[in-house]
Amino acid sequence: MLKENLEFESLTYETLGNTKERKEHFYKFVESGFPSKKLEDWKFSDLKSIINKNIKELKFGFNTIENKSYNLKFTKHFEHSKIVILNGEFLSEDILDIDKNKIEIKNENLIFSESLNEPLNNLNKAFASKLIKLNVLEGKIVEKPLVIYHICDLDSDTNLINTRFELTLHKNSSLSTLNLFEDKSVSGFNNHNFNIVINKNSNLKNYIFDLNKNQNLRYSFTNIDIYENSNSENFIYSSGSKFSKYEINSNLKEKYSSAFINGIINLDKNNHHEIKTNINHLAENTKSYQLIKSVLNDKSTGVYQGKIFVNDQAQKTDGYQLSKALLLNENTEFNGKPELEIYADDVKCSHGSTSGNLDENSIFYLMSRGLNYDQAKKLLIDGFINDVIEKITNIKIQKYLKEAIN
Amino acid sequence: MRDKQIEDLKEYKYGFTTDIENIRAPKGLNEEVIKFISKIKKEPDWMLDWRLKAFERLKNLKEPNWQKPKYPKIDYQDLYYYSAPKSASDKPKSLDELDPKLLETYQKLGIPLQEQKRLNGIAVDAVFDSVSVATTFKDKLTEKGIIFCSMSEAIQKHPELVKKYLGSVIPVTDHYFATLNSAVFTDGSFVYIPEGVRCPMELSTYFRINASETGQFERTLIIADKGSYVSYLEGCTAPMRDENQLHAANVELVALDDAEIKYSTVQNWYPGDKDGKGGIYNFVTKRGLCKGVNSKISWTQVETGSAITWKYPSCILQGDNSVGEFYSIAITNNHQKADTGTKMIHIGKNTKSKIISKGISAGYADNTYRGLVDIFPKAKNARNFTQCDSLLMGNKCGAHTVPYIKNRNSDSNIEHEATTSKISEEQLYYCQQRGLNSEEAVGLIVNGFCKEVLQQLPMEFAVEAQKLVGISLEGSVG
Repeated sequence: MLKENLEFESLTYETLGNTKERKEHFYKFVESGFPSKKLEDWKFSDLKSIINKNIKELKFGFNTIENKSYNLKFTKHFEHSKIVILNGEFLSEDILDIDKNKIEIKNENLIFSESLNEPLNNLNKAFASKLIKLNVLEGKIVEKPLVIYHICDLDSDTNLINTRFELTLHKNSSLSTLNLFEDKSVSGFNNHNFNIVINKNSNLKNYIFDLNKNQNLRYSFTNIDIYENSNSENFIYSSGSKFSKYEINSNLKEKYSSAFINGIINLDKNNHHEIKTNINHLAENTKSYQLIKSVLNDKSTGVYQGKIFVNDQAQKTDGYQLSKALLLNENTEFNGKPELEIYADDVKCSHGSTSGNLDENSIFYLMSRGLNYDQAKKLLIDGFINDVIEKITNIKIQKYLKEAIN
Repeated sequence: MRDKQIEDLKEYKYGFTTDIENIRAPKGLNEEVIKFISKIKKEPDWMLDWRLKAFERLKNLKEPNWQKPKYPKIDYQDLYYYSAPKSASDKPKSLDELDPKLLETYQKLGIPLQEQKRLNGIAVDAVFDSVSVATTFKDKLTEKGIIFCSMSEAIQKHPELVKKYLGSVIPVTDHYFATLNSAVFTDGSFVYIPEGVRCPMELSTYFRINASETGQFERTLIIADKGSYVSYLEGCTAPMRDENQLHAANVELVALDDAEIKYSTVQNWYPGDKDGKGGIYNFVTKRGLCKGVNSKISWTQVETGSAITWKYPSCILQGDNSVGEFYSIAITNNHQKADTGTKMIHIGKNTKSKIISKGISAGYADNTYRGLVDIFPKAKNARNFTQCDSLLMGNKCGAHTVPYIKNRNSDSNIEHEATTSKISEEQLYYCQQRGLNSEEAVGLIVNGFCKEVLQQLPMEFAVEAQKLVGISLEGSVG
């Protein structure tokens, strides 16, 4: 049905080039459609029906920036370099002097070489206009955090945004980035694709905050390749959007590499958020740690799917995964699938998952000390969340998040 | 010398076949064969209709393929769906009338029927291939009003119970293998415990797969009426052979108000040789329904055999305050594959479930725990605790955990934890220092690792199971 209604030719935006490849990706996408719960990876989040329910008519089209200026309130909480991405297109940059010669930003044409298996990647490839490329040069330590503002300010012509982003940390470098979402439009679908490479002896702190209430549906896929002695720290605060799914695929490719993924899902109304992680231990002496907490109010649904994969080379792996969920209302739902797939014997892998309501005894304890019910509840929830927030190692960003949610 | 010994030990202990003439249905799966089975078992028409309905449904079903262990395609037309020891068509009245060869087989298996009748106080409904040939201790059970007989007998004598409960837990319209079983099942056990009766002994069935190229399609139905209790044992050993054999049994349990069913399994079918050739495909559907309030169903399994084990004994906790338990040990060695676990479906209020799963993987084996805990919106105060531990021996094997957790009720609590590790050098060293050889040490440590599950087994089984745990892992450390 989708195919009949859509003619890629009528959408062609000649100046972008690669029409043939884009078309191929687009038809492949149309063939498969949006992933539904029939696919194991989408078992708990049926994107097909969510899109049908929330977006009456999805208009396919390329990203556009009509008026190239945008009045954005930058966060004043800490000093930072900025990159602004408006409707999926690179708009402007503002790098602090202190970090000027350390970062390279390019806006390049897409490379079409990958396979055509992932429907949402196909969609992204068909319509993402440029590949935004960020390099941290060899041996450079970027001092101040780099904030990437993702702004979504669509008119009624199109309600689909595809962003493609590539970040490379060359040897012996270090960077902290914060992805902030600023959404103005009503019910659009944002499809982000990040590819991150962390070379030897490098360190990346990658934070994603989805704070402001909005009606958007969001899918974000991040692939991270981590090499010898390198470290990737990820934190997701998932709260504002109507629907979101963050998928992080970490490949620990060489020895002594490590990956940390921490996250909070904090929802109300009938929002539905999912975090899916996939950590592949592919070399000896690698380490991973995951802590995901969900706070669910009203009629919201939280999903966590986490997988630790250890191949037969990856002896001495240390993998840990913990998921906790608070169901605060009788209409909330939490679904989890913490998975282990292990082919090496000298490993330490464990996972834990709990879900339930607040402990009545703790509330009673606090109330007996003079707090009222709501205060006691809030204190317990704050404590529950803080545990994860404190895993953020960049103190300024940690402080910013704490203030933003209070 | 020592290598030779280990080699001998590794050979399947119970590998032998008995030579008895068989009555066989023609090869293949079609309506004629189903009618043949139904006719030879002198079944009433409603039973045949039921089978045909299942067969009708089967035509539109596809084999599931989401499981981890993959297997070569099974040609369902190339199997015999019925084979019975000839001497069984004239059912003997007492054990003395049995074919001496049959008795010998049981003797080798370590269940001397004669002995057991006198000494053990266990009623044994021994299933040899597909037809029940001996049922013991009937008198004692009849006194209490307990019905313990073969499925075919139950269809003849207690049609009202069979009609009411057969297919009530695993409907005809279930998945492929369950539906296949519904269409062609040959025999199995039927148990009915009347209201308020506590079954005085542990009921037990030994399964044997005997005739070559015969898929076994057992059907077991256990009904525990209000306030009753029964403990049922199922133990399996199978002869050695080369071709893969399919075993797709269905087991249904129904527990009414305040009733309790305890179902224990020791499965030691032929796992294939050390290169992964041959062995049994164990694709069994086991499901228990806690229909009444305060009912309880407890599954305990020790899975050491079969080339591929693919089963999920489940509990549907429908009645308020009902309890489901699942204790499992799955040991895979050489090229064995296991994908097993449980489903706990919480529907009623205050329902509780507990899952303890221990997976041990050695050689080239793959061991997967796959489970579902589903708490329905109305299941207030439901509670679940899950623990799955895996032990790996060597870096050619795999251990996987795939739990699905669905919580739709805020007053409910789910806890899940899983660990994967290996036997530490220190533990081995400690044991060896005290005079155990490395295999004994491994046996001891593994038995300790499985202790929580082994404790759940009835006495007679626990001893056998402990031995099995040791035997299954022989030769895996070196």
